[in-house]
Amino acid sequence: MNDDIDWIARAGAKAKGKRPHYFDDPAIDRTLSIVMALAGEVSVLRERLDTIERLLEAKGTISRADIEAYTPDRAAGNERGMQTREYIARIMRGVQQDMEALEELAEPSVEELSKTLREM
Amino acid sequence: MSKPEIPPPYTAVTRHAVFPTPSHDEAARFNFLANFNKYMASALGPGNKLAYDKRVLPTFMKEQGREPKDRFEIRHAMNKDSWHRFWSALKRNSMEMRQQNGRSMVLRQLDELDAKARQYNEGRDTLRLDPSVQVPRYQAAIDIHCMPGSYHGEERPGDVSAGANYDCGIFATTGGGLGALSDGGGQALVEWIKKERPGWVPRRILDLGCTIGHNVVPLALAFPDTEVIAIDTAAPSLRYGHARAQALGAHNLKFIQMNAEDMNAFEDESFDWVQTTMYLHELSGSALPRIIGESARILAPGGLMLHLEQPQYSDAMPLYEQFIRDWDAFNNNEPFWSSMHALDLKGIMAEKGLPHDCQFVTGVTAVVDETVFPKQRQGEGEDHGRAASWNAYGAWKPAA
Repeated sequence: MNDDIDWIARAGAKAKGKRPHYFDDPAIDRTLSIVMALAGEVSVLRERLDTIERLLEAKGTISRADIEAYTPDRAAGNERGMQTREYIARIMRGVQQDMEALEELAEPSVEELSKTLREM
Repeated sequence: MSKPEIPPPYTAVTRHAVFPTPSHDEAARFNFLANFNKYMASALGPGNKLAYDKRVLPTFMKEQGREPKDRFEIRHAMNKDSWHRFWSALKRNSMEMRQQNGRSMVLRQLDELDAKARQYNEGRDTLRLDPSVQVPRYQAAIDIHCMPGSYHGEERPGDVSAGANYDCGIFATTGGGLGALSDGGGQALVEWIKKERPGWVPRRILDLGCTIGHNVVPLALAFPDTEVIAIDTAAPSLRYGHARAQALGAHNLKFIQMNAEDMNAFEDESFDWVQTTMYLHELSGSALPRIIGESARILAPGGLMLHLEQPQYSDAMPLYEQFIRDWDAFNNNEPFWSSMHALDLKGIMAEKGLPHDCQFVTGVTAVVDETVFPKQRQGEGEDHGRAASWNAYGAWKPAA
């Protein structure tokens, strides 16, 4: 620990250099930052839970020190990485589906399609 | 589509004696980012090209009646595309989160880190700091890679926070592509030179802009009888880098605070090998040729100059690829990236006394422990700007 600097405040210092804005409304930029930080924290919680489950399974009882000291072996590390990847794929679904939609830009809306089907 | 490999867990990163100690959750934060960055590059990265081909280029052609003439026109057009904007916004956030995550881990334990570094630094003549060395104007203008305080920032006088933060997060940014000590570039140099010049033992090696010495430590360890010197202008990075090198047993490696634009302290023709790794793109338009000139001056006849960088842009490189490789320039605080990659590096080297016929360009890929860390793949899914494979721009100085 250290007493002379507010490390929590300093951790979030802004880097020098004007931040690009990605959306017309700056509130969307800020909201996305919060969503992404939360997405990261949910991933952290899931990993912590996985650690607890693995330790309980192996030992029946655990301490907080056990959690801090836990180092996954190769297989567990890979399983946890797969879980993280799967989690990311799930939360990024909308962006990924927008990407797929780029392949089919001429895709008709369901409303258009329903008109066509009525006349078929 | 081939399945992308899973980055190893953060616990596989080597904790040398001055490395920050991650808590369970701090390691998990980097695990999230490493996986997120992989996903952004491999699963979503191709969406940028799709948006360009299907939407942005056709609109540009319709409006202008011609194709874009350079990467800047592509960027302006792409920056209006909703999908590319969202991808960029996500990526920018990932870069910012990496900084916050690294800094929170480092700053909460700064007392311990400073104390550990002091143990390796105090009283050793292998670290030479010079307070008269100024942070170059081009370095002070912006915090590179969105790294608050850049390489030279201090949270309190004499600390190692900048170096420790830089070291601890490279794993997340590269998805583990640089190996357990984030030194895959330096390891690659060692492997390359052993093949290129078997048995060659340089007397003196100089590494410019070494930051925390990742890529020079492997050289020092591979050539234990060689005097290896690493210079940088940033004292906080040097303090950390020196302690790290000492902890890893690189005792033939000196860290000196010095600006490479002015290396008067070194005599003409006094080094057998002068090199940089991922450094040239962090300079300025006037600093770069001056540094190449100084390097050529201190290089001994028959000696090696080597610069590891991402590939230079050329007419042979499609404009879209130039544009996507430029992403970091405008979105990750790399202000010199774009113009540096368009420079005629070979021309500059020739002008500074290393003629074209003694120059070479070769591809180098990070050397990592492949049983744990991913081997870098190029092409599809490459994380442009961070890929752990580079071009080496080099020259053997003609013998006198």
